[in-house]
Amino acid sequence: MSEPDRVPARSERLKFYQVGSFAAGNRLVDPALRTVQSDEGRTNSITSGHRACQGCGEALGARYALDAAMRAADGRIVAVNATGCLEVFSTPFPETSWRVAWLHSLFGNAPAVATGVAAALRVRGRPDIRVVAQAGDGGTVDIGFGTLSGMFERNDDVLFICYDNEAYMNTGVQRSGATPPLARTATTEAAGPEPGNRFGQGKNLPLLAIAHGIPYVATATVADLHDLEAKVRRAMVLHGARYLHVLVPCPLGWGSEPRDTIRIARLAGETGLFPVFAAEDGVVTEVTPIRQRQPVEAYLRLQGRYRHLFDAQGRARRPELIARLQAIADRNIARFGLDRARVPTETAATVPARGAS
Amino acid sequence: MLRQIEGSRAVAETVGLCRPEVVCAYPITPQTHIVEAIGVKIRRGELAPCEFINVDSEFAAMSVAIGASAAGARAYTATASQGLLFMMEAVYNAAGLGLPIVMTLANRAVGAPINIWNDHSDAMAARDAGWIQLFAETNQEAADLHPQAFRLAEALSLPVMVCMDGFILTHAVERVDLPTQAAIDAFLPPYVPRQVLDPDDPVSIGAMVGPEAFTEVRYLAHLRQVQALELIPEVAAAFAEQFGRPSGGLVRSYRTADAEVVVVAMGSVLGTIKDAIDVARQDGLRVGAMGLTTFRPFPAEAIRQALATAGRVVVLERAFSMGLGGVLATDVALALTGRDVPVATVVAGLGGRAITGGSLRGLLRSAADGSLPALSFLDLDREVVQRELDRMAGRRRSGPIAENLLRDLGSGPRRDPAGAAR
Ligand SMILES: Cc1ncc(C[n+]2csc(CCOP(=O)(O)OP(=O)(O)O)c2C)c(N)n1
Ligand code: SF4
Ligand SMILES: [Mg+2]
Repeated sequence: MSEPDRVPARSERLKFYQVGSFAAGNRLVDPALRTVQSDEGRTNSITSGHRACQGCGEALGARYALDAAMRAADGRIVAVNATGCLEVFSTPFPETSWRVAWLHSLFGNAPAVATGVAAALRVRGRPDIRVVAQAGDGGTVDIGFGTLSGMFERNDDVLFICYDNEAYMNTGVQRSGATPPLARTATTEAAGPEPGNRFGQGKNLPLLAIAHGIPYVATATVADLHDLEAKVRRAMVLHGARYLHVLVPCPLGWGSEPRDTIRIARLAGETGLFPVFAAEDGVVTEVTPIRQRQPVEAYLRLQGRYRHLFDAQGRARRPELIARLQAIADRNIARFGLDRARVPTETAATVPARGAS
Repeated sequence: MLRQIEGSRAVAETVGLCRPEVVCAYPITPQTHIVEAIGVKIRRGELAPCEFINVDSEFAAMSVAIGASAAGARAYTATASQGLLFMMEAVYNAAGLGLPIVMTLANRAVGAPINIWNDHSDAMAARDAGWIQLFAETNQEAADLHPQAFRLAEALSLPVMVCMDGFILTHAVERVDLPTQAAIDAFLPPYVPRQVLDPDDPVSIGAMVGPEAFTEVRYLAHLRQVQALELIPEVAAAFAEQFGRPSGGLVRSYRTADAEVVVVAMGSVLGTIKDAIDVARQDGLRVGAMGLTTFRPFPAEAIRQALATAGRVVVLERAFSMGLGGVLATDVALALTGRDVPVATVVAGLGGRAITGGSLRGLLRSAADGSLPALSFLDLDREVVQRELDRMAGRRRSGPIAENLLRDLGSGPRRDPAGAAR
């Protein structure tokens, strides 16, 4: 195990205001603060040759998360994967991108399979081997929710990572319980008087996870990969059920340019649509403040799934719908104190913020 | 050691002796006593090192077993009926991944209508999943089949389902000879996995396989089932030699040497059938029985041999395929391809209906005199059926069938529910 005390607190880390990114410029910082990914000795847990689309946020997020977990566990990881894009693009028969021990069973059972792996390792006296389970948002908030909730409730020793691209991508972009309002998917078409996904629906998994009282719950995006790695590191120091919810833009499903993946992920945070925070034992301990607040429109305009909100000249067709999304963002900002660089009170996380992600 | 013990407990004791390492528990009648009893043993530390996991569903139970088995642990669970169907996706997955999980199935009917009593519909629903399926005739055999199941599963890297009749066996208190730990240890070697999740030698398990190799992967699974046809009798023989009693194997015959009619069945009903045969023989009927202990892999050759001299075959089964007829009968008929032997199906004992000696003796008589139809339902209440057919013919909105029958059979005056509602 790497020493947890060497993990720098957020405030100590460098910020690159010039380029507007936390991910860039590893060469410029103290080696101790560089990402695992910048290290030649990284595991390449998901190595090259996989079949993800260009600009796939999920491939990026999983690569960072697993390499960081591998580093934290001294290379002793067993990964369990739900069915979904990550599973399909990483194991095109007869090849595999995985350089970690890896098991895919089904779409909805990754949490339970991981419980079984953890139990076997306990019986075999191998506490040094750590278990990471991963799934997309569909595999997490919908079909896998029963087994996930069971794993949380039993506090099994598993780090579960959800790569949230806000729809069932592997089957061709259908709505999930994590699809945001107004987003066009193949099952919430931009058709009829109320195009796209409805308001007032959806599941906020990070808050549900906190409600289970598990030791660690955190959100992250692929826009801040230092933060993602730090959260994996923190999660790996702890034991019991831990949950990491990573927003991973999907160029194919979101109708965005592959080159905009990081930009869109950053805007998700800076608009307030996706609050980035961490909670330990049910208490929010860390919130990533918004540095430069952006209107939700800036986020929407980069994505084809929201194209129906604008006309050919780029004017908002239904400003009142965009205003409703803006209201959700504003509420998140208030609830999580995203505009103040401070950790909010416990209540922020215990009030369900519908459509927060 | 001889003990007067409930069937479920006998199984729990024996599974405990098999040194399971991960046991998943989820309640469903009539299986629940098994995992409860194992849970107590684990709580007391008697099975250490062993993890007992209270899961959130049967789907989770099988999934936890999958993870545990893939990580190198001996994994066990038990279920019945709706539980088996709820976990079905993982049941197929366990076999597809080649994981040697052992599961007890306390056979129970599958709803709707919901019914907690015994039949074999649950086991039949899983017959194509790729599991070895063994059927116990007695509680002694139910217990004895478990060490054999673990040995088979681990030798072949295939999951094994031990089926025992719900209530009839699980809840019956009988004398059972329980083995000692030393004897089981001598019979069942430690689990050495063929594939394991090991960070020091990382492999990917569960990759996507397309048309280029799917047939071959499946064919290899079939070959292991075929291999099991050899191994099952070997393991049963080894068991008999060590423990001094027969149990397991492929098929077992009873008074078939000169039998004109042979009744084929699985599970506890074989006891009642043998009694009926003894009586019928006193009346001069040349009848016998053949029981299948192994249903999957299907022991076609052993069945051909066992039925070599039978003039007529009656398959009595506690399940059927609606719109077709017998499931086991279809398989038995296939095994007898090329032989001019009529195979009749008798569906009996559905949803816990008692299969009585009297009904069986009547069945044997009609089988012997050639009046048994190709498909029949033992003790079917034709009057109740006819009244419901009449209700349905009389009115479009005749109401739910099951509830109509219950009302019809109830003690009160017979009422037309749709009419009463108006
Ligand atoms: C039981 C079951 N239902 C449906 C599917 C089809 N299916 C496979 S992947 C998938 C979508 C996965 O969506 P998500 O979990 O969000 O992951 P993503 O592909 O978006 O990364 C679906 C619906 C399946 N494999 N199994
Ligand atoms: S569809 Fe989306 S999630 Fe799937 S590989 Fe492509 S970009 Fe990644
Ligand atoms: Mg998704």
